[in-house]
Amino acid sequence: MSTTTLQETAHHTSHGEAHGEQHHHETFITKYVFSQDHKTIAKQFLVTGIIWAIIGGLFSVIFRLQLADPTATYPWLEDLLGHWAQGGKLQPEFYYALVTMHGTILVFFVLTAGLSGTFANFLIPLQIGARDMASPMLNMLSYWFFFLASIIMMSSLFVQTGPASGGWTIYPPLSALGDASAGSKIGMDLWLVSMAMFIVSSLLGGLNYITTILNMRTKGMSMTRMPLTIWALFFTAVLGVLSFPVLLSGAILLLFDRNLGTSFYLSDIVVAGKILPNEGGSAILFQHLFWFLGHPEVYIILLPAMGMSSEILSINSRKPIFGYMAMVGSLFAITILAFLVWAHHMFVTGLNPFLGSVFVLLTLLIAVPSAIKVFNWLTTLWRGNIRFTPAMMFAIGFVSLFISGGLTGIFLGNSALDIHLHDTYFVIAHFHIVMGVASFFGMFAGVYHWYPKMFGRYLNNTLAYIHFWVTIIGAYLIFWPMHYEGLAGMPRRYYDFSNWESFKNFGGLNQFISMIALLVFAVQLLFVFNFFYSIWKGRKVTNQNPWNANTLEWTTPIRPGHGNWPGDIPEVHRWPYDYSKDGKDFIAQDVPVGADESKH
Amino acid sequence: MSTTAIPAGTKWWSGGKSPFNVSYGKVMMWYFLMSDAFTFGAFLISYGTIRFSVNHWADPNHVFNAFPFAGHANLPLAFVSLMTFILIFSSVTMVLAVHEGHNMNRKGVEKYMIMTILGGIAFLSCQAWEWTHLITGDHAVLVNGQIEHWGTTVSKNPWGPEVMFNGQEIATPGPIAFGGYFFGITGFHGFHVFSGVVINIVMYIKTKLGHFDQRGHYEMIEKAGLYWHFVDLVWVFVFLCFYLV
Repeated sequence: MSTTTLQETAHHTSHGEAHGEQHHHETFITKYVFSQDHKTIAKQFLVTGIIWAIIGGLFSVIFRLQLADPTATYPWLEDLLGHWAQGGKLQPEFYYALVTMHGTILVFFVLTAGLSGTFANFLIPLQIGARDMASPMLNMLSYWFFFLASIIMMSSLFVQTGPASGGWTIYPPLSALGDASAGSKIGMDLWLVSMAMFIVSSLLGGLNYITTILNMRTKGMSMTRMPLTIWALFFTAVLGVLSFPVLLSGAILLLFDRNLGTSFYLSDIVVAGKILPNEGGSAILFQHLFWFLGHPEVYIILLPAMGMSSEILSINSRKPIFGYMAMVGSLFAITILAFLVWAHHMFVTGLNPFLGSVFVLLTLLIAVPSAIKVFNWLTTLWRGNIRFTPAMMFAIGFVSLFISGGLTGIFLGNSALDIHLHDTYFVIAHFHIVMGVASFFGMFAGVYHWYPKMFGRYLNNTLAYIHFWVTIIGAYLIFWPMHYEGLAGMPRRYYDFSNWESFKNFGGLNQFISMIALLVFAVQLLFVFNFFYSIWKGRKVTNQNPWNANTLEWTTPIRPGHGNWPGDIPEVHRWPYDYSKDGKDFIAQDVPVGADESKH
Repeated sequence: MSTTAIPAGTKWWSGGKSPFNVSYGKVMMWYFLMSDAFTFGAFLISYGTIRFSVNHWADPNHVFNAFPFAGHANLPLAFVSLMTFILIFSSVTMVLAVHEGHNMNRKGVEKYMIMTILGGIAFLSCQAWEWTHLITGDHAVLVNGQIEHWGTTVSKNPWGPEVMFNGQEIATPGPIAFGGYFFGITGFHGFHVFSGVVINIVMYIKTKLGHFDQRGHYEMIEKAGLYWHFVDLVWVFVFLCFYLV
């Protein structure tokens, strides 16, 4: 039986009590727009993230059209993009802008803000037993800074010279010199200002997540009784708080180089026959600053997906998670190593080969905690009583993608192999599978699993299964062939491969990839339809604990109000993974330990 | 600070209470300062990599030898020493304000907050004078065989190596990274001092209005103090990097 009765708990005075169940009058503005309720803020992040994902995905479809057939013209493209697609043919400058914005949007706006912003906000107070975040005010500001960043980034799409187009890594000198390309003009400034706002948002959010987890756990919720989602979100926040400021420094120096005539990244450059006055700067310096964020960023994207998948795998296998402490330890190890491997993105910059070998060692060490996690996920599934809910399908898909994409990381982490593979489609395939698609699968798993808690309704299962199967098969069909293209040396970010004899034979393959990409994008729209349709028309949740899960969010009412629990916050007596224990299917965290109960 | 006795063997991490009774605001401030330390760290490490990759760096004894109303007297590092003293002293008054806050002495808090705010404003004024002096100064520099008169800006450095020209020693243009990093990093630090002054003014007003007396504690003053000390600490590193080495 699910625990519908709240436990008799000693009345404890957590900070959350102060703004507990206050049914003060709420207007539409305070309830849905400038809301301080963590659940509403989470939904705001999610919906904004979905809008960004559609835009970012659409961009990839448009540039895949170009790669499918560089000679084809599409009149409707001119209607859509104007002079960026003159005569229905995508212009090279805009191709680069699309590639750049696709990366920027997906990495930062969808898989950082959209993923962490949604699930850290939604799950942390609910799963640790708090009424809200430590500072609901800063939490609200975190969303609105993200919104501001979104507006600025979006506006850069509409300026005359187009958005930033030097790649999402915005390496100088291309990004530092306004004359270097169309996208290096005002679009680049907007990019940098938008990212500065984004970093403020991420900082405000991250500080809140960390302090809430450390300070506001309910009675009995010791650190080692926290669900793995919370551990993962905790380490994600630590990574963000300590790595984003370095990108901020790098971005500020880049803004100075662009607008004030400094030479932080510029040195002895001739543009169009004109010698620039800059001297003494170092473009490599920017790469160090960028990747000091850029590599932890990969884990900022991946860790929440790992945490949610761990939780969902355990619940739907009806088995305790295998190796809880090893899972926490490997999250911690990944967090530490994430800060020590950034230069593996820079093996071909002329890095000292000895330094390179140190970074190879540290990079390959990440395989150890990653392998521990994979082993534990598989052993959690092993002989489980598996329920193939849509969330479970996506969680299993996450594990599959993490293995496939992770293995190619071992190739790329070797500096000797990386010299050949650097900047080829092999890299594209690797990071799209292991970081992009895998994290999306974690996010989808989270949405399908916690949708009933968010909206009090279910998503449509048939559409969900179609969504899953097309996406996982499609993702492999898109990215698997790219490994072969990359091994053959096909470079990334090229506008047209038909000029090279050596890449001509990939024309058919590129066409195939583009067709699948179009199909997979269409299926994501099906998911978006399902998402919005179900908010109003989905099957209503009638059971307080629809997945028979142990964690605290399922002890709240079906539609929890601001403050989450109508009465006292439940007290926690056990870890969250007591599934199939002592003949009981599940024992929720707020059930006291019985006298004759065995240890887990 | 909590005055209630804490029983030995309290399980700080078992939930239901904040570990070690630290308020969430203080935890947040500490994490913010860690984050900010990474921002400054990135700036200073960037400065270091460039500084040690160029052959010549301006001698601080030459660049920073002026003093307001002292004409052309050669007083190396005297003014920046005064600035540093002012800032460190404002940290002392901040400590005293926090101390008075623990004693719930509103008048004392007000007095020391005023002194801290004045210290911050004085530091910023000194920095404004120093910047103006550097930018508007004119130093003879040998550029392409011609003598020009330059100030120190983000794109001009008149403090390069000296050469003999028409029988006298004259400077050549130095690496322009000098001005960029100097103005960039001291400016970013100055921005922090400025926001610290604004925060302290808000704290002063809240003290004056009796908000903290009503609340029963002066923890906000303590949090503002953490920030203020951090800004001072960063100055020690900035001072070291630009004025001492």
